[in-house]
Amino acid sequence: MSKIIRVEKWHDVIYSMWIKALQISMKVQPGQFVILMIDEKGERIPLTVADYHREEGWVQVVFQTVGTSTMKLAQMSIGDEFFSFIGPLGKPSEIKKYGTVITIGGGTGIACIHPITRALKEVGNKVIAIIGARTKELIIMEEEMKEASTELHITTDDGSYMRKGFVTEVLKEVLQGEKNVRKVWAIGPAIMMKATCAVAKPFGIDVIVSLNAIMVDGTGMCGSCRVTVGGQTKYTCVDGPEFNGHLVEWREFMNRLTRYTELEKLSSKMYKKKCQRK
Amino acid sequence: MAKMIPMKERGKRTPRHMPEQDVHKRIHNFNEVSLGYTKEDAIYEAQRCLQCRSPTCMDGCPADINIPEFIKKIVEENFTGSYFEILKTNNLPAIAGRVCPQEEQCSKACVWNKANKAIHIGRLERFVADWARDNKIHLERVGIEKKNKKIAIVGSGPAGLTCSADLVKIGYDVTLFEALQKPGGVLVYGIPEFRLPKAIVEYEIGEIKRLGVTIETDFIVGLTKSVDELAEEFDAIFLANGAGAPRFLHLPGENLNDVYSANEFLTRSNLMKAYAFPKYDTPIKVGKKVAVIGGGNVAMDSARTALRLGTEEVHLVYRRTSKEAPARKEELTHAEEEGIIFDFLTLPLKILGNEQGDINGMECIKMRLGEPDESGRRRPIYIDGTNFILQVDLVIVAIGTAANPIVARSATGVKTNKWGYFITDENTCSTTRKGIFAGGDIVRGAATVISAVGDGKRAAKAINNFLQ
Ligand SMILES: Cc1cc2nc3c(=O)[nH]c(=O)nc-3n(C[C@H](O)[C@H](O)[C@H](O)COP(=O)(O)OP(=O)(O)OC[C@H]3O[C@@H](n4cnc5c(N)ncnc54)[C@H](O)[C@@H]3O)c2cc1C
Ligand SMILES: Cc1cc2nc3c(=O)[nH]c(=O)nc-3n(C[C@H](O)[C@H](O)[C@H](O)COP(=O)(O)OP(=O)(O)OC[C@H]3O[C@@H](n4cnc5c(N)ncnc54)[C@H](O)[C@@H]3O)c2cc1C
Ligand code: SF4
Ligand code: FES
Repeated sequence: MSKIIRVEKWHDVIYSMWIKALQISMKVQPGQFVILMIDEKGERIPLTVADYHREEGWVQVVFQTVGTSTMKLAQMSIGDEFFSFIGPLGKPSEIKKYGTVITIGGGTGIACIHPITRALKEVGNKVIAIIGARTKELIIMEEEMKEASTELHITTDDGSYMRKGFVTEVLKEVLQGEKNVRKVWAIGPAIMMKATCAVAKPFGIDVIVSLNAIMVDGTGMCGSCRVTVGGQTKYTCVDGPEFNGHLVEWREFMNRLTRYTELEKLSSKMYKKKCQRK
Repeated sequence: MAKMIPMKERGKRTPRHMPEQDVHKRIHNFNEVSLGYTKEDAIYEAQRCLQCRSPTCMDGCPADINIPEFIKKIVEENFTGSYFEILKTNNLPAIAGRVCPQEEQCSKACVWNKANKAIHIGRLERFVADWARDNKIHLERVGIEKKNKKIAIVGSGPAGLTCSADLVKIGYDVTLFEALQKPGGVLVYGIPEFRLPKAIVEYEIGEIKRLGVTIETDFIVGLTKSVDELAEEFDAIFLANGAGAPRFLHLPGENLNDVYSANEFLTRSNLMKAYAFPKYDTPIKVGKKVAVIGGGNVAMDSARTALRLGTEEVHLVYRRTSKEAPARKEELTHAEEEGIIFDFLTLPLKILGNEQGDINGMECIKMRLGEPDESGRRRPIYIDGTNFILQVDLVIVAIGTAANPIVARSATGVKTNKWGYFITDENTCSTTRKGIFAGGDIVRGAATVISAVGDGKRAAKAINNFLQ
């Protein structure tokens, strides 16, 4: 059984959790994710592995509370066990020596980009990391990212910390200065990943994005997570989650993220009411 | 006590009907449609059996059940004995009794079938299994010698469950690996509650666990561990991971928001219990007007599920006619009774949607049947100029499934054919790698529960021989 061994609340809506999961910790690679269920009635929730430790047998996830399932997750504490915990899912990031690369994380995407950044540096790349969030408190894992990268840039939308603006503005400047950037990784809200692609395109540089499509099983069995990439239908859970962002059909992808918006609202309204009654 | 009745009497009786939930009620709930025989019904039906010397019915049973014997014990009111008789060869009787296409198998082969009065063997099997469950009758394992050999089974559908049970019964140490959070395969994630109550599936799996099978859920072979790694730990492996990948038609508009694969629709509803949303957290969309594309059991199950979720109008869009539809006749009848609209001889061409990805119709064309094709079914041909738009807001694609490559990719030396199904020896289920066997849908393509059971049995025998 997978047990929570540590929880930290980093911000009103951001939590970090360390979970004992021996088999997964042995196998997981940067870029992969897990799917967990809180209880028998729960959803299957996909979360990226932010860090792992093979000897100690744990994996770390960082999540933002956006709806019922993540709010429930935030209620869990040390010693609690998950009803279900599976992984590692998805294809690992293609880690090899490219030369100079850029990794970009937005919001909780910072946690997702962390293991990729570290692995890219470990194999000898110069890794320029750019992380950003709406406001100062939402900038997470700053220390870890500093260590994992060669060079770290930070932006906040409101200018409350470091540079005011979007990660894409920094990206543009870096690309204008650095001539040998081989590849860019970008993980964060769809809109940010799409914008990153738009900035990198004129420079002729590939952007690898990690798509958070709506999933059920996570093993290629349901097709819920399908997305069009380069004119072909792909399953995010088994063919991804990383894809060449220039080939992603963004409109369709973003539309499909809204499939359950109405029902999700209903669900979280009821959940909040239930919490108030308690 | 009931007893055999004279031959002449047997000829006079007509087959006993099985009561069903009223159609007006059942379309609003997920309770089982068929209500099963009472003891009296079962005895009455069992008494019709001729107890043939060479029972042709058995030729039609992929699980080799001794049919006249278990029926005889029903007549004798020895239901425990009857249950144990079935369990000798089939570990999933309450399931098989509900979902097997008996009309194509044992009952078709029954001598009474010529007179259109085939014995309802499945209903009898179901009665016996239900009776045993209600009366807490368990098969006890006594004095089985432990064989010091470990076997891994991949996938807990009917093939994997059967193979595990058969092997543990003869003393092997068996571990069953399942990717999902619950064992049962299609029995839990595919076939709906109203046809196969999940409590019954859970019970029969529980009985297999009682025999000593270890079930490890949340274990994705190929990701959590590879088949190659399992091969180092285990003396033999049976691959029964099913044909779980959905198939699409590759129509324009197929990735619009509310286009579901039957797998997604049914998995949300059955496995994740989305029909009870928001009591359960997983949501499912309820269309106002739904089109289900396909003509098999999966299509019927999707259509009837949509109806029960509250859809006003459900269309079943199939390019041939009811005669060619691969669904069981009983399912077609039930669907029709429940008010599913059959749009036969209709082929979808395109799903239409707006900028936000919402569906606002499906363009179709009318077909007619031409000459038979390779499968022997008459080939549907377009009728030019008959294009029309079916006003629907949700589409479910139920045209079958394909192999998921996760397991095969992690199994060095286990060969697959061009569709990704394992190549095996028909009699032994052995693959192209020594010590690794395979069966069920991942060999046959989407087939039936009982053929998966049959493969599980054959593989168990072959594994036992291999390990001698
Ligand atoms: C591969 C992958 C990795 C992810 N990694 C992280 C991560 O590291 N940290 C993090 O905070 N979030 C991550 N997510 C997103 C996270 O899974 C969703 O935020 C979560 O499932 C929302 O559930 P909810 O009930 O709280 O919110 P809801 O109210 O149900 O939904 C809020 C939003 O989350 C999305 N969502 C809902 N259900 C799912 C689902 N089953 N699968 C995917 N998205 C869904 C919807 O688009 C919706 O807009 C990841 C998603 C994927 C697919
Ligand atoms: C909706 C629907 C209705 C049907 N109705 C009928 C009917 O009425 N009558 C009938 O006879 N047949 C019916 N069938 C067909 C029947 O269910 C299948 O033929 C049968 O279940 C196949 O059994 P199996 O054991 O080969 O595989 P499955 O039942 O598919 O089970 C395979 C199991 O393996 C697991 N698995 C897959 N990959 C991995 C992995 N990498 N690691 C670990 N585990 C894995 C899966 O999660 C699954 O639990 C129906 C099918 C569907 C989809
Ligand atoms: S063929 Fe029909 S009548 Fe004969 S034994 Fe089988 S079930 Fe009974
Ligand atoms: S989540 Fe089901 S196929 Fe990807």
